[in-house]
Amino acid sequence: MGIGLTTLLLLAALTPLGYLAFRLGRGKALQTMASGISMHSRPQQYGWYSVVWMGLPALGVAIAAALLSVFGVIAPSRELVLIVSLVVAVLGLAQGLRAIRPEVRARNALDNVIRWLLLSAALISIITTVSIVLSIVFEAMRFFREVSVWEFVTGTVWSPGDTFLEAAGRGDEVGEGTSFFGSVPLFAGTFMVTAIAMATALPIGLLSAIFMSEYATRAQRGIAKPLLEILAGIPTVVYGFFAAITVTPIIVDIAAFFGLDASYSNILSPGIVMGIMIIPFISSLSDDVINSIPQSLREGAYALGTTHSETIKKVILPAALPGVISAFLLGVSRALGETMIVVMAAGVRPNLTWNPLEDMTTVTVNIVYSLTGDLAFDSPQTLSAFALGLVLFIVTLLLNLVSTYLVRRFKQKYD
Amino acid sequence: MQRRLTGSANDPLIRARYRRESRFKAYSITALFVAFAIIVAFFTDIFSQGYSAFWRAEIEVTLDYNERAERIGRFAIPEDLREIVSRGAVRSIPLQIRNNPELAGTTRTDWVPVYSRIDQYLKGKEELPPALASQVDALKAEGLIRTTFNWAFFTSGDSKLPELAGIFSAAVGSLLVLAVTLVFAFPIGVMAAIYLEEFAPDNKLTQAIEVNINNLAAVPSIIFGLLGLAVFINTFGVPRSSALVGGLTLGLMTLPIIIISTRAALRAVPDPIRLGAFAMGCSRWQVVRDHVLPLSLPGILTGTIIGLAQAMGETAPLIIVGMIAYIPEAPTSIFESATVLPAQVFTWASEPRKAFVEKTAAGIIVLLAILLTLNATAVFLRRRFERRW
Repeated sequence: MGIGLTTLLLLAALTPLGYLAFRLGRGKALQTMASGISMHSRPQQYGWYSVVWMGLPALGVAIAAALLSVFGVIAPSRELVLIVSLVVAVLGLAQGLRAIRPEVRARNALDNVIRWLLLSAALISIITTVSIVLSIVFEAMRFFREVSVWEFVTGTVWSPGDTFLEAAGRGDEVGEGTSFFGSVPLFAGTFMVTAIAMATALPIGLLSAIFMSEYATRAQRGIAKPLLEILAGIPTVVYGFFAAITVTPIIVDIAAFFGLDASYSNILSPGIVMGIMIIPFISSLSDDVINSIPQSLREGAYALGTTHSETIKKVILPAALPGVISAFLLGVSRALGETMIVVMAAGVRPNLTWNPLEDMTTVTVNIVYSLTGDLAFDSPQTLSAFALGLVLFIVTLLLNLVSTYLVRRFKQKYD
Repeated sequence: MQRRLTGSANDPLIRARYRRESRFKAYSITALFVAFAIIVAFFTDIFSQGYSAFWRAEIEVTLDYNERAERIGRFAIPEDLREIVSRGAVRSIPLQIRNNPELAGTTRTDWVPVYSRIDQYLKGKEELPPALASQVDALKAEGLIRTTFNWAFFTSGDSKLPELAGIFSAAVGSLLVLAVTLVFAFPIGVMAAIYLEEFAPDNKLTQAIEVNINNLAAVPSIIFGLLGLAVFINTFGVPRSSALVGGLTLGLMTLPIIIISTRAALRAVPDPIRLGAFAMGCSRWQVVRDHVLPLSLPGILTGTIIGLAQAMGETAPLIIVGMIAYIPEAPTSIFESATVLPAQVFTWASEPRKAFVEKTAAGIIVLLAILLTLNATAVFLRRRFERRW
């Protein structure tokens, strides 16, 4: 019996039982009330009360059994789990009906059950984070058992090379020491593309924000802001296509015009397109921050005879600096983790260079390529994706934390 | 000579300052216009590359269902047209005869799609050898080649032959994935938001959950792909490439977005409404269920639609969980291998053949149209039902 079928059968059995429990519980409460005894809660609340008695223990048994078998502690057969849960459901129903008495506070009990249900939904976010950390760290540890951390951090040669033979089950054909996992060239590529993206996004985004919040009329702002936000809604795969098909040839042509030799997977093109993608993040965050600067600061500056632009440059921007930095950091974190644009437009050759017209590869490109082949899951190349992912996760997490901290400090100062 | 201190318009220093003022303003306007120019260039580029894929050339041929064509479809086509007719159309001929035995031995005139390179030539995108080119031109002049709307692009799945490739199976895949995402993320997200906004005491646990949700919203999407691979596929044994694993992965990614927007919607309901309900003797859950939730529903739906639109455009995590398989037939359940629209775009974009470029751009146009519709719906909902208190 498949796990899907078991779940379906369990639900199919519990639904009529639940209906029955509701009718019986409410019926008992109505009967009691008809005999002139006043009950603490409304009749339907007693109905739901017996539904909870019936359903919760049964579902608990089923979920516990599922977890136990997933983590390999014991693996009870699915038929057994199904039967035990149904028996528990019937017992629970009997107990729930027996428990209905005038002094039982069904309403409060229901509220408590609901509170716990809601809390467990909220805890799923924590579970997600914990499982991200655990799964990535666990797989990364397996990688670092084969490749030393030192080599990974400081090595300048990334060439998983012949590990694909090993992955294909022909490991014995491979000589020792043919693959290198020095991640420096990958991170160099990632930082290069991030730097180009931020050099594009920061001036355009910040200046647009200044125009929208300081110079634009209400109507102009009402048009400009949503238009800029169109850029944030475009899927990254579309940006990737734009970079690869349109921007890259233009850059190669321009470079050729100046007598330079640009690669057809140069890092400049994905960098610029990524910058375009980040413009709305920078502009809308900076716009919010500039708008929340108190009018009194501006008026004080005007009273001293400064022009509008001097007010902006000398008073408003310094005051808004934490917010702008925070927007910048969020943009950086976006750029570091961006995948599709670089997968489609950047190269796959690890290359340590300062020249943005050459092809470089990035961390995310390598995560994608090491997980899309037909590789065995425990080959070092596959596992290297998790090591790279771990670094990426930690760096973006730190950037986000610093950025939220800066915004909170800024808000406290001016609110 | 003493310079006057009072600012006059003729004062060179003041004039310099005014010049600097207008220069700065010009910079900021320029920045905005650069951004607009990029948007315009971007959309023009995509449309000019993609719109031609919505049309395709067809050729009128007399199909001869003779004996040899029952095994090899080529023989049903007049010899001089064999290079022009799409190989996909040719290949289906034996199957046609097998399904309709009465066809055997007859001839029939029909419009069939042409080979993708001919199609590209007719659209002015590719060159052909001169002999072939003049033959095609002649056929076109005779009216034997026509251009029709490419319905097949919407009704057929992926194909290795560009003239037959369509987005149908990817669209079905996207729909299945979004359904899983919605079923998973919507209830959990709304419940979590209700807890945090209406029930949670202000303690360490609540703060931890809040910080956590904000951080999750900013984790790069590819990390969610790694999570989906390690947890759903390797630990729980969910089938790789299936809509189920894709939907769950995107669900985890969309969860923080839904939670954050639902909390904002709940917060927008003013406290007197809650207090009034409490005063009538409602329990906390009754207050939420009967008063707060109905009032905040439009806001919650808006946030959910925006979250789904974001999930719909996502590619990277789905690639990691294997959703870039070649899927010619639309999946029929969430356990089958599937692909999604953005992943289809990615697959076509990595095809070296030139005819796939317009397919890619056309796929992008469809994707953008769907996303635009979703976002417009969200904006409409907000405008229509938003209440100012």
